[in-house]
Amino acid sequence: MADVESRTITRLLIANRGEIARRIIRTAREMGIGTVAVYADADAEAPFVREADTAIALEGETAADTYLRVDKVLEACRRTGADAVHPGYGFLSENAEFARAVETAGIAWIGPPPEAIAAMGDKLSAKQLMQVADVPTLPAEALAPGADLAAAAERIGYPLLIKASAGGGGRGMRVVNAAGELQEAVDGARREAGSAFGDDTIFMERWLPACRHVEIQILGDRHGGLVHCFERECSIQRRHQKVIEEAPSPVVSESLRARMGAAAVAAGKAIGYASAGTVEFLVDGDEFWFLEVNTRLQVEHPVTEEITGLDLVREQLRIAEGETLGYGQNDLHIDGHAIEARLYAEDPANDFLPSPGTVLFWTPSTSATARFDSGVESGTEVGTAFDPMLAKVIVHAPTRREAVLRLARVLETTRVQGLTTNRDFLVATLRTSEFLAGDTTTDFIERVNPAPRRDVSGTELHHAAIAVLLEAQARRRAGAKVLGTIPSGWRNSVMPPQSVSFRIAGEELPVSYAADRDGAFSVNIGDAVYLARPRRMGAGLVEADVDGQRVMARVDRQADAWFVHTASGDLSLEELPRFRLPGADGFKGGLTAPMPGRILVTHVTVGAVVEKGQLLLVLEAMKMEHRITAPVAGTVTAIHAADGDQVANGELLIVLEEVL
Amino acid sequence: MAVLQTSLDIRTEAFRQNRSDMLEALDVLDDLQQQAAEGGGPEAMARLASRNKMPIRERVARALDPDTPFLEISSIAAWRSPFAVGSGFVLGIGVISGIECVILGHDPSVRAGAFNAFNSKKLMRGLEIARENRLPYVQFVESAGADLRGQGGDEDPEAAIQREEGHFAESGRLFYEITELSKLRIPTVSLVFGASTAGGAYQPGMSDYNIFIRNQSKVFLGGPPLVKMATGEDADEESLGGADMHCSVSGLGDYLAEDEMDGIRILREVMSHLNWQKLGPGPSLPVDEPLHDPEDLLGMVSKDLKQPFDMREVIARIVDGSRFEEFKPLYGPTLVCGWASVHGFPVGILGNNGALFSESSEKAAQFIQLCNQINVPLLFLHNITGYIVGTDFEQGGITKNGSKMINAVANSTVPHITVIVGASYGAGNYGMSGRAFGTRFTFIWPTAKIAVMGPKQMAGVMSIVGRAAAARRGIEFDEKADAERAAIAEHWAEERSKGLFATSRVSDDGMIDPRDTRIAVAMALSACHSGEVKGTKEFGTWRM
Repeated sequence: MADVESRTITRLLIANRGEIARRIIRTAREMGIGTVAVYADADAEAPFVREADTAIALEGETAADTYLRVDKVLEACRRTGADAVHPGYGFLSENAEFARAVETAGIAWIGPPPEAIAAMGDKLSAKQLMQVADVPTLPAEALAPGADLAAAAERIGYPLLIKASAGGGGRGMRVVNAAGELQEAVDGARREAGSAFGDDTIFMERWLPACRHVEIQILGDRHGGLVHCFERECSIQRRHQKVIEEAPSPVVSESLRARMGAAAVAAGKAIGYASAGTVEFLVDGDEFWFLEVNTRLQVEHPVTEEITGLDLVREQLRIAEGETLGYGQNDLHIDGHAIEARLYAEDPANDFLPSPGTVLFWTPSTSATARFDSGVESGTEVGTAFDPMLAKVIVHAPTRREAVLRLARVLETTRVQGLTTNRDFLVATLRTSEFLAGDTTTDFIERVNPAPRRDVSGTELHHAAIAVLLEAQARRRAGAKVLGTIPSGWRNSVMPPQSVSFRIAGEELPVSYAADRDGAFSVNIGDAVYLARPRRMGAGLVEADVDGQRVMARVDRQADAWFVHTASGDLSLEELPRFRLPGADGFKGGLTAPMPGRILVTHVTVGAVVEKGQLLLVLEAMKMEHRITAPVAGTVTAIHAADGDQVANGELLIVLEEVL
Repeated sequence: MAVLQTSLDIRTEAFRQNRSDMLEALDVLDDLQQQAAEGGGPEAMARLASRNKMPIRERVARALDPDTPFLEISSIAAWRSPFAVGSGFVLGIGVISGIECVILGHDPSVRAGAFNAFNSKKLMRGLEIARENRLPYVQFVESAGADLRGQGGDEDPEAAIQREEGHFAESGRLFYEITELSKLRIPTVSLVFGASTAGGAYQPGMSDYNIFIRNQSKVFLGGPPLVKMATGEDADEESLGGADMHCSVSGLGDYLAEDEMDGIRILREVMSHLNWQKLGPGPSLPVDEPLHDPEDLLGMVSKDLKQPFDMREVIARIVDGSRFEEFKPLYGPTLVCGWASVHGFPVGILGNNGALFSESSEKAAQFIQLCNQINVPLLFLHNITGYIVGTDFEQGGITKNGSKMINAVANSTVPHITVIVGASYGAGNYGMSGRAFGTRFTFIWPTAKIAVMGPKQMAGVMSIVGRAAAARRGIEFDEKADAERAAIAEHWAEERSKGLFATSRVSDDGMIDPRDTRIAVAMALSACHSGEVKGTKEFGTWRM
C-alpha cells in the first residue's frame, strides 16, 4: 500500500440517477470537480440531468439497456473525458467487472478495490470469509440444485430465509415458516434471483423474525487507515426493503457499539477494504450476527453524515485521490440523533406496490430544519422502469424523540401531490408509541400496522373546499374578459347562490356560496355554514379567516383536480363538471391502457364477438397482471397493440363495437 | 385629476336619521325582492322540482358564467298590482360564455309563466336594451299564454270594456323586435323550457337559434283542441309540437337537449361560437375604489327632499379614486358638471345642486356637446325639482335656455345613464335625460321621488285653480271641501311619486341600494360599450 498513486479528479461521471446522482453532484461541485450525468430515455427531463455540467444519453428504456450497460457508461466517460466514476448505489455499484474495467481505462473508481467487491458479492462466500475473521454469522447452507432441502432446513431450523447469493434489495428472498412451504419458496427465489441478478445461486439462512437490522458504516483509505462511523439502525422494513433508518440505534449500548465496530473493522481489514462500505448485522439483545457487506455508499448514508459531520461522498473522493483519512477512530464522535425516511411512490394500502405517476407538486417542507435528498421536482414523472423512491428526508436533532417528531412534522408538511406515496404511512409510523419508544424490530410493520392513510377531519376537508372555491373564483374573476373588476358574483336581487361540487374519496361534496357586500363569502357545505373572509387569493396561495380561524393553503389546479396543501397536509379534490355531456358515462367503444405497462397476451382477434366481461387482453404493469375485459357485449373492430408492446397510460388498445 | 374632498359629517343627527330611513326603505326593497324570488310559492316550486324543472332564477343562475355579476332589471315590477311581485318574470344583463347579454324569461312557478301587462313591459324592455346596446338576446321560453286576470273577471263587462285602452291589433310587437335584432346582427337565442304556443310559437320562430328540450318543449300554433275545432284532426301534443318532432321533422328546433341542464349547456356552447366582439372601446382608465366610503351614501339624502345635499359628495363615492375634473365650477353652480370614470369607463357627469337656471341650462348644453365631441357617455344624477320659475327668470329666457339643454339631451348620441338620487320633478326630469329621453338605463334610489311636480305643490295648484274658477262663476268657495280634496289629492300624488311605485310600473330599470350605484352604473356602461360609443355634432336648431 506504500505505492498509492496520488491523483486529482477533475471530472466525475455519475453512473446513476435520481437523488443519489444529485447528491453526488452537490459534493463534487463543493470540491470544484466537474460532473457528467448519464441517463436513460425516461430520465431525459430529470433534475439530475440538468444539474450536471453535461449529460450523455444512454439511449434505452430499461436498466439493463442503460445504467447497467458497462460499455455505454465507459463510452460516456471517453466522450466527456471523465477521470472518475461514482457508481452510487444499485446498478453497477457492486459490479466488480465494471470497477475493474473503469480502472483499466485509467479512470478513478469511487469505491472499494474490485477484489473487495468480488469477495463480498457472493453472500455465502462472504459469510465464510467472516467466520474466518471471527465475526459471528448465522447458520447458513448453500442450496445446490438437487440438494436435500428438508435435511438442510432441519439443520438450520425454522423459520428460515431463502436468499439469492448475488442478491440485494429484498429480491429473491423468501421466508419459510414450515416445511410445507419450502419447495415453493426455493423455486420462487431461484427464479427471481435468476431474472434479477443473472445468477440463480441461492442459500438458506436462519431467520430471526423479530430482531433488529443494525449496520456499521466503515471508511477506509488506501494507506491502511480504516475506521467505523458507528451504527445505523434500519429495522423498519417493508418487502425486505428499508424505509426508515436512524443513527445511532436506540438499543445499541456503548459496549455493543464497540464490539460491533471492532467486528466491522475486522471484516473490512479482512478484505482489504478502502472507501466507504457498510457491514450489516442482525442484532437480538446483546448478540449480533454478520449478514453481508455492502461495498458501496448506502441509501441511508446521510444519517451517519449528520451525526458525525462527515461528508461520505467527499471522503470517497478524497480516498480515491489517494489521500489519507486524516483522523482516527478516537476523533469520531456521535453528535445527537439523525433519522431518515424514504419517500416512495408506492401504495401502503396496496401492499406497498409502486404507484407510478407524475409528481405534480413538490415543495419540501420549511416547517423546520431538514435535509431533503430528492430526485424529483414538480413535474417529474415517476415511471415503472426504475425504483420509485422520490426523496429521502433527514432530520438531525439533539435527541431521538425530537428528531422523530420533527421528521414526522416535516413529512406531513411537505407537499407531494399527483401520485400515491407512502408519506402518510411514514408519518403514522413515526408517531406510534412503539416507534417513539425505540421498539423497532424488523417485524415492526406487521406487528404495529401503522395506518396507510391519514384521516382527514370534516373541518379540514371543508376548509380545503373553501380555499379551493376562493381561489377558483378569484382566478375566474381575474381572467374575465368583461366586467372583470365588478365584485365576484355581484347581485342586485335575490338569486340562487353559486354552486360547485367536488368529489373526494368517492364522496360528493356539494358546495354553494355567495359573496357579501363587504367581500366575505358565506359558504354552505352540506349542513355546515361558514363565513370566509379572504385576505389573499388568486395566485395559488389562499389566506382566509373562516369564522375567525385563519386558513392558509396552497391551491393548484391540474385538469379537474384541485391540489390543496395546508399545515395539516395534502388533499386533493376533484371538481365535478357543471354540465354532463349526454352519454359521457356510457361506453364509447375504445378500451385504453389503465396504466403504463407491457402487453402480455391478447386473447381476441379482430372480428371476434365477445360477451360482456370476457377477457380481451392482459397487461403487465408494476410486476402485476391487469386483465382488460369487455365492458359490454360486442364485436372487436380493431386491435392496436401486439403482445410484448410497451404501452403508455391511456393508450388505445382495442376498439369494441357494442351490440345493441 | 383633482380628487374630491368631503365635508360630510356622518355624526350629525340628520345623517343618522337619513341613514335609518334609508335602511328602512332598503328593508322594504329586500322583502319585495325576497317575495319575487319565491315565485309562485313553495308548493308551486315543489311541483316544478317534482317534474325535474327549475324555477327561472335557477335556470338563469345555471346559465351564467360562475362568479360573474348579474344586473337584474325591474326586479319588483308589479308590486301593488293583482300580479305577483316581480311579475313572474326575470330580466337582466349577465355573462354567458364570456359574453354580456340580455337574459329574460317567464317563471314557470308563477301561473305557468302567463303573460301580463307588467312582464310584457319587461320583455319589451329587454328587447329594447338588446337593441340599443347591441347585446345578444337570450330568452328562456315557457308561457301558458295570457293571464286573463285583470281583464274582466267578475267586473261589469261594460265597465271592463270601457277601461280597456289597448287592442289586439297593437300586439305582437315582440316578434317584430326579435327579428329586428337578428337583422341588426344581434344574435337571438331561444331556449324553450316548456309551452310556447299560439302566438308564442313565434318567439322561437323568430330566433336565430332554437334549443328544445326533449319531452318538455311544446311549440305549436294550435293545440289539440284548436286543431280539432279547425280541421277535425285528433292530434297529440308531441306530434304537434314536441321537441323531438321539431328537431328531427319540422326543423324549427336546432338543438335537442336531454333535460334543462343539457339545454343550458347547449346554450353556453351556442354563445361561445358567436365570435362576439364589443364595439365600444371598453374601460380605459385606472379602476380604483372611491377614496370616500360608499357606505356614507345611505345617510346622504333626506326623506324630506327639501333638505339639500351636495351632489359632489355622491360623485365622490361613485367614481374611481373619487377623481373628478369639474367643468365651469363657478358658472351655473346649481348644476355640477365634470369628467370622471367608473370602473375604468370614462364618463361625463351632470348632477343637480338646486333648480335649473338659465346659466346651468346653458352649461349643461355645452357640456353635453363636449362629451359628444369626444365620445364620452353621460351620467345624470337627479335631485331636481325643476327649472326655475318666476317673472324675472322667464324674462331672462329660462324656457329658451332650458330648451337648449333639452335639445342637447334629446339629440345627444353618446349613451346616457340616469340615476334618480333624490327628486325628479317635471321638466327637470326631461332635461336630466329622464326615461322618455332615450336614456339607456335608469336606476332609482329607495327614497327618491319622481312626478310631474311635488304632491303639495300639485294639491296647492289645484286649490288655487278651483278657487279662481269659483270666483269667476261667482259662487262661494267651499274651503272645507277644498281642504279635504287637497289632502286626498296630495296623499295619492305622494303615493304615486314614490320611487317604489315608479319602479313597480317598470318606468325605470330598478331600485338600487345606494351603495350599489357604482356597480350598477359600471355594468350599464359596460353594456353600452357592447355597441359603438359615438357622439354627434348634429343637434336641433339652437334657440339663441
